[in-house]
Amino acid sequence: MNPVYTRPKSLTNVVTHYCPGCTHGIAHRLVAETIDELGIQGRTIGVASVGCSVFAYNYFDVDFQQAAHGRAPAVATGIKRVRPESIVFAYQGDGDLASIGMAEIVHAAVRGENITVIFINNAIYGMTGGQMAPTTLVGQKTTTSPFGRDPGTQGYPVKISELLSTVKGAYYVARFSLHNPANVQRAKQGIKKAFQNQIEGKGFSLVELLSTCSTNWGMTPQNALKWLEENMIPEYPLGEFKTGEGE
Amino acid sequence: MSESLLMKGNEALAEAAIRAGCRFYFGYPITPQNEISEYMARRLGEHGGVFVQAESEVSSINMVYGAAGAGGRVLISSSSPGISLMQEAISYIAGAELPCVIVNMSRGGPGLGGIQPSQSDYFQSTKGGGHGDYRLIVLAPATIQEGCDLMATAFDLADKYRNPVMILGDGMIGQMMEPVVFPEVLDAASLPHKPWATTGNEGRERNIISSIYLDPEELDAHNWRLEEKYRKVRENEVRYEILHGDDAEWFFVAYGTVARICTAVIQRLRKDGVKVGLIRPISLWPFPDEAFEKVVDRAKGFLTVEMSTGQMVEDVRLAVNGRKPVYFYGRTGGAVPTPRSVERRLRDMIDGKAPSQTDYFDRVGGAKK
Repeated sequence: MNPVYTRPKSLTNVVTHYCPGCTHGIAHRLVAETIDELGIQGRTIGVASVGCSVFAYNYFDVDFQQAAHGRAPAVATGIKRVRPESIVFAYQGDGDLASIGMAEIVHAAVRGENITVIFINNAIYGMTGGQMAPTTLVGQKTTTSPFGRDPGTQGYPVKISELLSTVKGAYYVARFSLHNPANVQRAKQGIKKAFQNQIEGKGFSLVELLSTCSTNWGMTPQNALKWLEENMIPEYPLGEFKTGEGE
Repeated sequence: MSESLLMKGNEALAEAAIRAGCRFYFGYPITPQNEISEYMARRLGEHGGVFVQAESEVSSINMVYGAAGAGGRVLISSSSPGISLMQEAISYIAGAELPCVIVNMSRGGPGLGGIQPSQSDYFQSTKGGGHGDYRLIVLAPATIQEGCDLMATAFDLADKYRNPVMILGDGMIGQMMEPVVFPEVLDAASLPHKPWATTGNEGRERNIISSIYLDPEELDAHNWRLEEKYRKVRENEVRYEILHGDDAEWFFVAYGTVARICTAVIQRLRKDGVKVGLIRPISLWPFPDEAFEKVVDRAKGFLTVEMSTGQMVEDVRLAVNGRKPVYFYGRTGGAVPTPRSVERRLRDMIDGKAPSQTDYFDRVGGAKK
């Protein structure tokens, strides 16, 4: 029998700790498929961040470093500078990347570090129990914006892909969504591009993936996917914001 | 052995690091250590190395984490406020057991403080500046030559114990010039193999660099395993110098540049027949308790001199453990103890004119005559 769908070689054969319905599983799979297809498993080094994906190193069958909160791009920089022949990727959530790690991600892009960043944007802090993230939508209720995010005191959602697209050193910046199969396939192509860029030495690539957190959003997985489509995509439009170095 | 060169302390330390096989440096500008970064920016490339100026000390030390985890021989340098910013990552580096060398050319604090020499980072360096049960190996050179020699030692200790090592200097040793002799550049092939590093898992099981242990039993075991390592460091890596240990009755206790001031005072006092000596800790952690054991029976008293309000003196008291009086004299914020003031404090101690040893005598520093 010829299996048509199997576990990617670059994923370990373990049960993840992610909640049922969480899109981390899809994102992990897409990254692992990419690593397999590009034949880079033996020279890929991942960087896990702080958040739900802190244990990503348990699921990817590649060398991994676990970074301090927000510092994954700096850690990835250190790895890549020592091992330029390696393929280095950071996997970060929105609390990690867009809040505490804002300086590290912007300056990794400014330096044009030849790394790949997978950025999971689910508009909330997942692991700590559903607090407001910089990406939380206006009016969205979280445990620290219990009456809905109020732009008067809590500001507006930060748009990382748009922001990084203004950085000359960034080579590839794109936003995709994981809410349905067609978009998952597009995301896969973007992720593959982001790794291919690194193999070709083109520089900094970031792929933002709109994701769900049904647990902390308080929704069923199906409703969470629907909420993402109806609420996040209007705020965070999909597409490739930057392809190629320069203004 | 190569020729003797007249060099500024910061630049000499940078050259010593290159000669010791360091090929990766991450920094961020802060006075008074910028010459280390500048030297590395100019010279590291000649040796096939990499210099990166980060956007902050927070980022630079996390680059060190990544680079050390990838098997590089890595140096970082900063000064007091910058070292404070690095403490989180230093804790991670110790927790994940990564080797690196950190230079702190310390300056006066707290807060923004000043840019002049100080020794007020002793607590931060030796007692764990970051969170958790961990230790830094801390080495304190008194001369530029010693700093250069300790640089190679620091890298070797870092690799041997898979632990961060700090070279704790001050603005004085960073900024002054002295003749220095360097060893030849170390052959990169002689550096230790690091089978635990993240280099890509081709042909082997994957390597993971991490400091997270959510299971309490696992974290407890991890901490005690680290403690066992630190016990070995305590047993094997104590470094110190004793001057006139064979006949001295009164001892200065001082490290780094202040030890040199005390040495000058000792020469003068011994001409007058005063039997005075010096205990100079070179490893501040592990602290050289054994140096005190060697002299405590004969000693009549110890005078700890520091450029702080009294930090190392606490370890001196622990080592002496009440058996003999321990006095303190300190200046802070870039005010360097003068030989005259140091001599007067020692004579006061001998003459029984010093106030209680539990009170710092001369609270106003050297301002009083």
